[in-house]
Amino acid sequence: MTATQERTSSGEVGRDRRRKEDQRLITGRTRWTDNIQLPGMLHLAMVRSPFAHARITSIDTSEAKAATNVVAVLTGEDVKDEQGSLPNAWPITPDQKAPPHPSIAVDRVAFAGEIVAVVVARSAAEARDAAELVDVDYEELPAALDLKDAANDTTLAHPDLGTNKSAFWKFDSAEAGTGGNVDEAIEKARGDGIVIEREYRQQRLIPAFMEPRSVVVDPTGEQITVWSATQIPHILRFLMAAVLGVSEAKIRVIAPDVGGGFGGKLQTTPEEWATFMAARRLGKPCKYTETRSESLMAGHHGRDQWQKLTLSATKDGTVTGLKVELLADMGAYISLVGGGVPVLGAFMFNAIYKFPAYQFNCQTVLTNKTWTDAYRGAGRPEATFAIERLMDELAVELGVDPLEVREKNWIKHEEFPFITVCGLEYDSGNYEAATAKAKEMFGYDELRAEQQRRRDSGDPVQLGIGVSTFTEMCGLAPSRVLGSLDYGAGGWEHASVRMLPTGKVEVITGASAHGQGHETAWSQIVADRLGVAFEDVEVLHGDTQIAHKGLDTYGSRSLVVGGEALVKAADKVVEKAKPIAAHLLEASADDLEFSGGKFSVKGTDKGMAIGEVALATFAAHNLPDGVEPSLDSDATYDPVNFSFPHGTHLCAVEIDTETGGVKMRKYVCVDDIGNIVNPLIVSGQVHGGLVQGIAQALFEEAVHDEAGTLVSASFVDYLVPTAADTISFDTAHTTSPSLTNTLGTKGVGEAGTIASTPAVVNAVVDAIRHFGVDDVQMPCTPARIWKAIHAHDQGGGTPTPGDAAPHFDEQDVADRTAGADDTAGGAQ
Amino acid sequence: MIPAKFDYVAPTSVEEALSALADAGDDAKVIAGGQSLLPVLRMRLNAPEVIIDLGRIDALRGIRDDGDAIVIGAMTTHADVQADPLVREHATLITKAVTEVADPQIRHRGTFGGALAHADPAGDLGAPALALDAEFVIAGSGGTRTVAASDFFVDLFTTAIEDDELLTEVRIPKKTGWGAHYEKFVRVAHQWPIVAIGAAVKVDGGTISEARVGLTNMGSTPLRATSVEQALVGQPATDEAVRAAAASAGEGTNPPSDLNGDADYRRHLATVLTRRAVLAAAGG
Repeated sequence: MTATQERTSSGEVGRDRRRKEDQRLITGRTRWTDNIQLPGMLHLAMVRSPFAHARITSIDTSEAKAATNVVAVLTGEDVKDEQGSLPNAWPITPDQKAPPHPSIAVDRVAFAGEIVAVVVARSAAEARDAAELVDVDYEELPAALDLKDAANDTTLAHPDLGTNKSAFWKFDSAEAGTGGNVDEAIEKARGDGIVIEREYRQQRLIPAFMEPRSVVVDPTGEQITVWSATQIPHILRFLMAAVLGVSEAKIRVIAPDVGGGFGGKLQTTPEEWATFMAARRLGKPCKYTETRSESLMAGHHGRDQWQKLTLSATKDGTVTGLKVELLADMGAYISLVGGGVPVLGAFMFNAIYKFPAYQFNCQTVLTNKTWTDAYRGAGRPEATFAIERLMDELAVELGVDPLEVREKNWIKHEEFPFITVCGLEYDSGNYEAATAKAKEMFGYDELRAEQQRRRDSGDPVQLGIGVSTFTEMCGLAPSRVLGSLDYGAGGWEHASVRMLPTGKVEVITGASAHGQGHETAWSQIVADRLGVAFEDVEVLHGDTQIAHKGLDTYGSRSLVVGGEALVKAADKVVEKAKPIAAHLLEASADDLEFSGGKFSVKGTDKGMAIGEVALATFAAHNLPDGVEPSLDSDATYDPVNFSFPHGTHLCAVEIDTETGGVKMRKYVCVDDIGNIVNPLIVSGQVHGGLVQGIAQALFEEAVHDEAGTLVSASFVDYLVPTAADTISFDTAHTTSPSLTNTLGTKGVGEAGTIASTPAVVNAVVDAIRHFGVDDVQMPCTPARIWKAIHAHDQGGGTPTPGDAAPHFDEQDVADRTAGADDTAGGAQ
Repeated sequence: MIPAKFDYVAPTSVEEALSALADAGDDAKVIAGGQSLLPVLRMRLNAPEVIIDLGRIDALRGIRDDGDAIVIGAMTTHADVQADPLVREHATLITKAVTEVADPQIRHRGTFGGALAHADPAGDLGAPALALDAEFVIAGSGGTRTVAASDFFVDLFTTAIEDDELLTEVRIPKKTGWGAHYEKFVRVAHQWPIVAIGAAVKVDGGTISEARVGLTNMGSTPLRATSVEQALVGQPATDEAVRAAAASAGEGTNPPSDLNGDADYRRHLATVLTRRAVLAAAGG
């Protein structure tokens, strides 16, 4: 690994501080939701549907209710008048069809894993035991499982809706007045240019965060307190109040330390609702913590699209149009922002290229699978994959290097700020600089020469080089833009700075971290801004009674939106302190300057540290007339634009043509994320993001069988890579500061994931293109690659996934094992 | 998740364990290192009434030289087998295979005998044990009996061990001076093998005089590629000769089709990996 980063100032910002939060997070000596124990607390276990689609004909809870220490068993019938429907905050069209979404199914289940009953007992073990005693009779219904079939309404996921088609969302540059007519551009290219038509699959993924979801609800105080392993305590509070009819002022939500989310905890969940209802009914604290199996099956999934793409270009390779037709699988319900996920990609298919005409069409579709929603990148990885794959295909058609065709079409650095065919204004960037640096680090020309040698010699190991020159839009988001897209909330963020009399500083942020390192980065920003020690800044977040206002953490927004709110709040502290300092120093405020944490009287050696002003303000013995005794300040910042990080990612893979095995040889990325607050945290985000995107390219896929059962239902079959499966990445940065926030930062939380997937797949295809291969469906498994290589000589094709390996098969393991139990494999 | 309730017995001798087994009848499960049983219990795929833990029976641990064989106690951990100089010298294929078992944590908890008794056809130890003609010493109320590897593996997760019996030790006939290699094909490091091949060869003056080839995850039990073994004998240890001999590695196998590939792909892999394993063994 090489992380090269210039310090952007002489202070804390730009310094690779070790994260303050890591000691407690890594040792686990902290408060995760599941660690919380309250007096008299009850425990929940869920009874879940084994069927993808079925009518519930009867539920017999008598035996479970009679079991030892069982306090209650709730069914959908019991709570149907109070549970409401889980919210959809982003109805993407006025006529969007969305079935009611009960937290506990009442008379019908629509995916395997849906909750049908909740058992409440005095211990978690007793609740689990009793859950096995709940007897549910189902009448199986035909299930809508295949996305394309479902889009044709072959089988209905929700018969009452009459269709599986939820919403059709379109953007057309000609209609919007931001560009030309794409159909005309394609038609012209059919006559005298180049048309590339492809269909790509974005497989279904599972967020697979480290900490399973957990919720504790304590109804015993004046406020009902909800602890949840969530990314969105503020949104959860608002929506619980709105849906469950409890005053928002009577609900306190706390997201304590949360162990990752990746969008998977950007949700209001049936489990939270059920725990809330049980606690209110029983008047006792209740806890529910999911198992890993439940998390994989019933936590929301991500991606899952078919992408039909048409790109037109002139014969010299200048792009003239791009038309996108998506089918997006929503699963069984339209979840919190589920329908909006593909829309977040709508403005990114054109990416860094100067398409004069563009059209995006998306049909969201209901199926009888786990519902989908945000997963790291949310819409933008899908868009980036499509365009970066297409640009490689265009290069092949033209017979030129894939970087050459990109450079021909990308926005030149002197053209910024640039208004795209979607009407977005990219504020800054330099694709030439990032690409030049990446090529040099990669040894691009040498690797191309090696690739040629291996091809010429018929080496069983072929080399492929993949390119991804990505950009993305993040820093969600200008409230006005969200409003224009029918999103149900704004995109501002809030921060407060409290000056304690001892000179310590408490910072309150509405951006609720779940592993990102906010406490460290926010401390660095405030330390610089107020001239106080890094160690003297305490960052508080995630409790709606402390951080009373916020819109939480997702969409790479915390630093570029929440950080700007923090800067503004800190600057207000200085403004409030200034007249007090002037009064105490017996000088005019106009003669004071603030630097390094100290107010000084110009031209003298008189001065006062901000901590001294804080103590004097606390004592309030000697303040100017009419000045309130407080330096505390807050700010709410609504961004004026999105953030547009970009970068050039280059990947080399070796393909063993005898087995289809993939070995990553080299991965270089040069990302331009503007100014950097903490290079170490950025490295962590980049490395983790890269692995997550590589995992989509090579390893991960949520697979359901013909009955709609998730077969990749444990980490035995849902292959999350570890450090052993990746290589050392060569990461670096170029810096084009953002022009839309004070710190000049751009989001980095999703960049690696968005960029890396197409780089890897492009490399895989590049390695074996001479065998007549122009695509390998993700994940690019050795079996798929081998079959692609041999498709022509053996009539092979994409293999049909069968059942997962039976290591934990019920019958096999339970009935047939004799003697000692142990095994020689598997990490589970 | 939380397992269903069970009684827990921790005998300190084989006799006590056998007696506990006899008392519990069909309702007992034996736990060794627990690396497969615990997930099964936690996922409630099985709910035995009694768990008999062999962890306190010291007599079941350890490795010794017994003349023409190396004897490995059933409760010896993978890590201990991996580090053992006797095994490395006289049963190199076992060292190579056990090094590939899962990850370090599992190798420090999981046991050699437990893995073999579990008889997961994707487990890394069955095919090497079969290829080396290992013998399984099984204790029961009537005394001990010894079962050849070829009779030990009966079916998926099923061995010759009866409900009232325990595997106590595994005898590996010495193959001193043989070359060995375990070629494992996976997508991620912690995965069970999609296919793996264990090969041990004796090379005299550049010619293969004896060969053993075991196939992992190519059927419901570990398999031995006898046709490959026969074809290798008398051949030079060259790429060309070994390639020809390995071509039949997939014949007569019945591998699974799953998310990692179908049966035909696995049969193909078996030929490629057999060639590589034999060449590596001959070179080593």
